[in-house]
Amino acid sequence: MDHLPTLVAEARAAIAKANDVSTLDAVRVEYLGKKGEITTLLKGLGKLPPEQRPEAGERINQVKQQLSGEIETRKRELEQRALDARLQSERIDVTLPGRGQSTGGLHPVTRTLERIEGLFTRIGFDVAVGPEIEDDYHNFEALNIPAHHPARGMADTFYFDANRLLRTHTSPVQVRTMESQEPPIRIVCPGRVYRSDSDLTHTPMFHQVEGLLIDEDVSFADLKGTIEDFLHAFFERDDLSVRFRPSYFPFTEPSAEVDIQCVMCSGDGCRVCSHSGWLEVMGCGMVHPEVFRHSGIDTERYTGFAFGMGAERLAMLRYGVNDLRLFFDNDLRFLRQFT
Amino acid sequence: MKFSEQWLREWVSPELSTQALADQITMAGLEVEALEAVAAKFEGVLVAEVVAKEPHPDADKLNVCQVDDGSGNPIQVVCGAPNVAVGQKVPFAQVGAVLPGDFKIKEAKLRGVESRGMICSASELGLEEETSPGILELPLSAPVGRSLRDWMTLDDSTIEVDLTPNRGDCLSLKGMAREVGVLNRLTLNNPDLAPQAPSHDDEFPVRLSAPEQCPRYVGRVIKNIDVTAPTPLWMVERLRRSGLRSIDAVVDITNYVMLELGQPLHAFDLANLQEAIEVRPAKKGERLVLLDGQDIALREGTLVIADCDKVLAIAGVMGGEHSGVSPETRDVFLESAFFTPLAIAGQARSYGLHTDASHRFERGVDFELPRQAAERATALLVEIAGGEPGPIKETFSAEHLPGERQVRLRGSRIEQCLNIRLPDTEIVDILERLGMQVSRDVVDVADETGAWLVKIPSWRFDIAIEEDLIEELARIHGYNRLPVRRPAARLGLVADDERRQPLTRLRRQLVARGYQEAITYSFVAPELQALLAPDMTAPRLANPISSDMAVMRASLFPGLVKALTYNLNRQQSRIRLFETGLVFRGELDSVEQIPMLSGLICGSRDPEGWAARRDGVDFFDLKGDVESLLKLGGNEESWRFEPSEHPALHPGQTARLVHQGEAVGWLGALHPALRSELGIKPDVFLFEMRLDALTQGRLPAFSVLSRYPEVRRDLALIISDDIPVQALLDTLRECAGEWLTDLHLFDVYRGAGIAEGNKSIALGLTWQHPSRTLNDEEINQLVDTIVTESSQRFDAELRG
Repeated sequence: MDHLPTLVAEARAAIAKANDVSTLDAVRVEYLGKKGEITTLLKGLGKLPPEQRPEAGERINQVKQQLSGEIETRKRELEQRALDARLQSERIDVTLPGRGQSTGGLHPVTRTLERIEGLFTRIGFDVAVGPEIEDDYHNFEALNIPAHHPARGMADTFYFDANRLLRTHTSPVQVRTMESQEPPIRIVCPGRVYRSDSDLTHTPMFHQVEGLLIDEDVSFADLKGTIEDFLHAFFERDDLSVRFRPSYFPFTEPSAEVDIQCVMCSGDGCRVCSHSGWLEVMGCGMVHPEVFRHSGIDTERYTGFAFGMGAERLAMLRYGVNDLRLFFDNDLRFLRQFT
Repeated sequence: MKFSEQWLREWVSPELSTQALADQITMAGLEVEALEAVAAKFEGVLVAEVVAKEPHPDADKLNVCQVDDGSGNPIQVVCGAPNVAVGQKVPFAQVGAVLPGDFKIKEAKLRGVESRGMICSASELGLEEETSPGILELPLSAPVGRSLRDWMTLDDSTIEVDLTPNRGDCLSLKGMAREVGVLNRLTLNNPDLAPQAPSHDDEFPVRLSAPEQCPRYVGRVIKNIDVTAPTPLWMVERLRRSGLRSIDAVVDITNYVMLELGQPLHAFDLANLQEAIEVRPAKKGERLVLLDGQDIALREGTLVIADCDKVLAIAGVMGGEHSGVSPETRDVFLESAFFTPLAIAGQARSYGLHTDASHRFERGVDFELPRQAAERATALLVEIAGGEPGPIKETFSAEHLPGERQVRLRGSRIEQCLNIRLPDTEIVDILERLGMQVSRDVVDVADETGAWLVKIPSWRFDIAIEEDLIEELARIHGYNRLPVRRPAARLGLVADDERRQPLTRLRRQLVARGYQEAITYSFVAPELQALLAPDMTAPRLANPISSDMAVMRASLFPGLVKALTYNLNRQQSRIRLFETGLVFRGELDSVEQIPMLSGLICGSRDPEGWAARRDGVDFFDLKGDVESLLKLGGNEESWRFEPSEHPALHPGQTARLVHQGEAVGWLGALHPALRSELGIKPDVFLFEMRLDALTQGRLPAFSVLSRYPEVRRDLALIISDDIPVQALLDTLRECAGEWLTDLHLFDVYRGAGIAEGNKSIALGLTWQHPSRTLNDEEINQLVDTIVTESSQRFDAELRG
């Protein structure tokens, strides 16, 4: 019994010295285990005179609890230290790039077409598509462009034979829709179109989106409202100035070209707008009654408007692309810029 | 159409700046394409007279001149121009003058002789682009000492208008002035078109043999003209400012009247005409040497001007060389005719020609104009080149002339179309100023908004229906003053096929797997197509833009492979591209236009990186991408990959893609022989498939989740290398019973322990019953069946 304080001191020294959990556990066994020093003392209580037993028992138990607590504390300390060490050893450089497949991207023209389609489908237009090898009737005749019409000179056409050609606009899709569907009609027609022209500002293939709305009581005012809203939405600029200039298309009457205030220089005049401050972005007009007649639509009951725009041109203005031909080179360094 | 602002302002002169005038014209639908000063900036140039000229003592080609610039004392100038002569009036740049290009005139010594100023050529003054051979000779009437700029009214602008093909009526000063007059509500100052009294009775007979194409022909004989008479400077300048060069007095006058009034004219040398003029269709085998020297074979039916033994001109397009006016010409026959637009349309182009005359006649020239234009030209000819006019002879066919056109215009229709009610006075005023005769339509009094009968003037070929008049009203009223509104529509929902995979989703799937979308031309090089799709036909363009874009693509492979090589040649080594679009298959008459999706990959499996898989892609990378597309539809089981051969693909690494029994696509490695032919070094894997099959998905259908445990067994079966795994998998599915919930292949092994020519296929099978626990016996039985069947069908052996 007398060596209890010594024992405690020894045990404490051993606890403090233990530098890992297993050494500490050995210390615990040495003092508090079944055959441990303290346990042995407890077992030896019976050898004491009965009157001394309660007091001695209490002292030993106190010491046991104390040591047990100290071991527990030390254990938590050591575990924490081990965890810290492990965490330290498991440190990685989180600034290293991640692993695996990269992400590709949509072509800027697709991106633009989807955006335009989205704006129109949201207000109730459907998307319509059609063949690219067309016949003369759907590309010209039904659009009030008979043979020898001067307007045929406006679009240099790729032909296969006297009657078959590559569509020069997506208007034939409108014709086909009017042939197969009763008004009201609200469609946008995106797609590839072809003209035999190739220079700095023309490629023999490009993309158009044309739109058509036919209903009762559709007027030029509705056309103006729709186009203005579209251009404001597309360029995300509510203050963008839009103007309508009288023009001529055989399939619309009245017809208009639409100019926007130059988005590059805000109308101050720059190379892109030829210093005019305005950019021509689309053509539009009220559907010509002759076009309705070809499709059997009642021209007194129904009126409609149509519009058409070049996707590449809008993409160039939106993203600042300065060379049309880049769209069809498919240079990865170009395509990746639109991811 | 290009013209001088000053000239226009002689007709009508609104109080607008040059820019404001141009803007106004543009906003009326006559787009001003260019606005340019007619002369470059220069100052200090006066009209002067050459009073003396002596050869330079030390230089053969130089002269020492004395000029009088009005200052009193003659000024000595050394001049190198060959045409300088005493008595000439010339532009003289004084010392201190600044010529275009900031060229300052200083006192100088030329080969020892003092020179104080410069006599200028047209190009030195920026009046001509080509270098002039000599100095500019001014008319003798030019006032000495006057500023040349003022005297020639060079502070003027050229307005160039890009006219739409419907506005042939604006291809003249008169037409442009009419528009400007209407826009500003101003009346026009018309030139004097008084008839010229004949001074003799000579006529030349005209026969209209194709009156439906030429219903009116005005001719006039003018005798004793002097073709060599100089064209007055004012006319030369107006022509120049309209982009026309001065040729000789007769040509200049006919051009001038065409610009002024819009009527193309032609002058024949009367001495070269035999008997009579006939306007008729060309006969088979006829030829004509054109004014520009070209000898052309005429197509039968082309409208020509002929005399009794030869063709003189293509009507409304171009005259012939032999009947034209030359310096020797004394007597001319002036033609001022109306050819219908349909007679001329396409003719010039079909002969590779485009002339000022054909440009106008194709679009329509006022059929009431020929007589007035002939009178105007006669007056100018008499004034400038002398000449004695005969009587005007007009030949016409009344029944073939365009009839009177009248269009009914309803106020209600204006409102329906423009959503605005214009005051009656404005409607009538606009239309009348445009030259229309407007009267109330008394028949349609029921319409409270009123109706009018509008007579269309002879120069407006573009107005035929009510909407055309409404456009005129809108145009003159101003498009930008018209109301703006948003269309109203009934909100109606429409059914949407949920099984359908939208293209946008397929595209995004490939993007997520690292593909960049490409857009390539729909026409490709026939040679490349022959390599990549040799067994297919596709329509050929009759007029391709170049030989490498001559045939429609029958496959998306050629375009993608071209894009691949383009990028490989630009140091890109890892390339993943896809494209969607139509391919064109078959002969023209039965051509199919099929939407396809195609892609290709090459280079390393992952993008280069510290943790990347550096090995090159193989067939299974591509297949995985394709499978990921198929999985979007949720009905993978309707798809099969069948070993097959394709002429452009590696025979041992090619699969045909089959959807519900129908072949809808290919995938495989680009054939190594083709790669070397195309100069492509790395392995390339491509796929192409029909979009219609790919977009057909399924509607998800729920099945109850079992609460009972699943049982898994793994099997390794050894089969011959020749047996496709698909066959083994099919057998397994067939034998594994209805409770099989998953079957997947987790290893393929060849090598130690497996006989040469065989492979070990490791498979994981999972079963689960919806309403009870499966017992071992059942499973063992199924496994036994699987092993037995596999062994019978494929000689498969269970790996121990």
